[in-house]
Amino acid sequence: MSARDAILNRVRNALKPGASEAERRRLVDERLTAAPNGVIPARGQLPEQERVALFCTMAQKIAATIERVGKADDVPKAVTQYLRAKNLPASVRMGADGRLAAMPWAKQRSLTVKSGPSDGDDEVGVSHALGGVAETGTVVMESGPANPTTINFLPEHHIVVVDAKDVAGDLEAVLERVRRAYGKGEMPRTLNLISGPSRSGDIEQKIILGAHGPRALHLIVVG
Amino acid sequence: MEITSPRFKDNAAHALADPQLQKALGNVRAGFIDKRQKAVDGLPEFDLLRDRAREIKDHALANLDLYLEAYEAKVKATGGHVHWAETAEDARNIVLDICRRAGARAVTKGKSMITEEIGLNDFLSANGIKPVETDLGEYIIQLRGEHPSHIIAPAVHLNKEQVEADFRRVHDHLAPSRDLEEPEALLGEARRVLRPAYFDADVGITGANFLVAETGSSVIVTNEGNGDLTQILPKVHVVVASIEKIVPTLSDVAQILRVLARSATGQEMSVYTTLSTGPRRPGDPDGPEEYHVVLLDNGRSSMLGTEFQDMLRCIRCGACMNHCPVYHAIGGHAYGWVYPGPMGAVLTPSLIGVDKGGHLPNASTFCGRCESVCPMRIPLPKMMRSWREREFERGLNPAPQRYGLGLWAFFAKRPRLYRLAASIGIPVLSAFSFGKGAFGSLPLAGGWTKHRDMPAPESRTFMQQWRERDAVSKQAAA
Repeated sequence: MSARDAILNRVRNALKPGASEAERRRLVDERLTAAPNGVIPARGQLPEQERVALFCTMAQKIAATIERVGKADDVPKAVTQYLRAKNLPASVRMGADGRLAAMPWAKQRSLTVKSGPSDGDDEVGVSHALGGVAETGTVVMESGPANPTTINFLPEHHIVVVDAKDVAGDLEAVLERVRRAYGKGEMPRTLNLISGPSRSGDIEQKIILGAHGPRALHLIVVG
Repeated sequence: MEITSPRFKDNAAHALADPQLQKALGNVRAGFIDKRQKAVDGLPEFDLLRDRAREIKDHALANLDLYLEAYEAKVKATGGHVHWAETAEDARNIVLDICRRAGARAVTKGKSMITEEIGLNDFLSANGIKPVETDLGEYIIQLRGEHPSHIIAPAVHLNKEQVEADFRRVHDHLAPSRDLEEPEALLGEARRVLRPAYFDADVGITGANFLVAETGSSVIVTNEGNGDLTQILPKVHVVVASIEKIVPTLSDVAQILRVLARSATGQEMSVYTTLSTGPRRPGDPDGPEEYHVVLLDNGRSSMLGTEFQDMLRCIRCGACMNHCPVYHAIGGHAYGWVYPGPMGAVLTPSLIGVDKGGHLPNASTFCGRCESVCPMRIPLPKMMRSWREREFERGLNPAPQRYGLGLWAFFAKRPRLYRLAASIGIPVLSAFSFGKGAFGSLPLAGGWTKHRDMPAPESRTFMQQWRERDAVSKQAAA
């Protein structure tokens, strides 16, 4: 008998289910199809403006920095200003995301934009989020041809652009959007939920920012 | 790793006498409890979410065979490979085989208790493959040749001076004059030293906090980002996870996440929650070319359908040990195997046998704090009692304890005789304490009086005092 069958048989025999096999199958299929939500905390269930405000507050609480701009075209300037304020070289790494590509980067003359995945030598990476979660100040990043996952982790500073209209109250709402975008049961290869910059408390339980991922997470909220 | 659980009492005595350890354990007592409480207070729905989390896992366990099949089908559909391992040895061999086929010389590892459980690092090293732990705490203890003393804070038994000494010893290519006094400097050095290791590794190995049947995804929850670099940079990603990590859907993950980080570190969310589904896809600019999941049983299926099934709800947050007076006193290494604290006291006898792990369920004051903070509402004290019963049934406790209990039972089942013996014995003991109220030493009770005094009984028995009380209150009523 294969290890697979041996394990599954042991599990089946141990469970001695009260319900019939057919009934259990029906329950499991139903659960997988309906994917019921459960308890959604009241905290994030707010009208749009307050929801975005909560997202910003929560993100700042976990040491992300926030800038709000009126429209997508304002993003490149905001990026340049961030680099200058932090004394960083005028160079960013970016994927081929269509929303980022449509922004007027050429107007920032001093800024070098490198495309493709990060090679580990980038000071600053820029990504576009699929959405945000107001309840916890989390940004949700999907991988794909236009969105390298390495940019989320290798640069020292990670700048994430998120549309205000994509900020949901709770994580379940963002996951529902993923289901709609990719099809039920399908996922992007990597979905990163990022809540603040990298940190570690492994030495004497003292929290220090910038463990192996970015030391700083800067969120630019559009709209 | 060598199992020292049968020597638990010696381990505990050494731990109590270790000043460095005692200093470090102060950080557990000071930090975790307050942080968790604050996070819990900040979410009014916390207890409802605990109920929901328990329901989710109970449902998943009751249908584990079906969810495992659904999960496997999804992983395969996304181009991943699923390997089933009945034992730790099977799992080690499967991982080695994957590494060999990838021509691997070095592997990076994200923090994972399951690979500690199967002793993967020693096995890979013995077979010529270098494992590099990348979580800061895991990296530190790997340098020291130690094992984690806590399931989420592996180096919690150490102080910064010890870490500094290890870094100076191992990173001998760096300037001896460099400043490493503060944790910031130590973290910075570990970051710089480990960065190239991610790029040099041929295989990245992680555990999983959840396996999602709906999508075939594995989920890791971390703060440092090392787990992600481990799984996106090498060309092969191997996930090692035990079968009870299955949850039905993404929505269920979202529910349990709300109790996980709060219970563990007092965060609302850990910094990185990553859902991985299969290997790199056409057009992807990065990510692993191969994605493997090793599904490990190693004793879990024999817990199903028994009084220990509830333990399989455990999400490894560490809250039980963070709140345990025994863990606070002796730390994690004294428990002698991979899993310390109350969850370890229940899980260890299940996985390595009650003959080896039987001391652990005895190391409890039954104060109940572990159960009161467990996000999955696991009845830990009840299960420790079940282990004590099994230990007794199998005659594993020492003879004096067994005979003592037998003697007590003889009298307890004969109330008249019990009262008679007590009414003779208690005044005698009371008289022999010579008014000090306690004994510094007692024949046959050296194990107790070695560490503390034995309180001397009052001069009358409980029954005598009760009758007097009763008489007094009746008088007052009349």
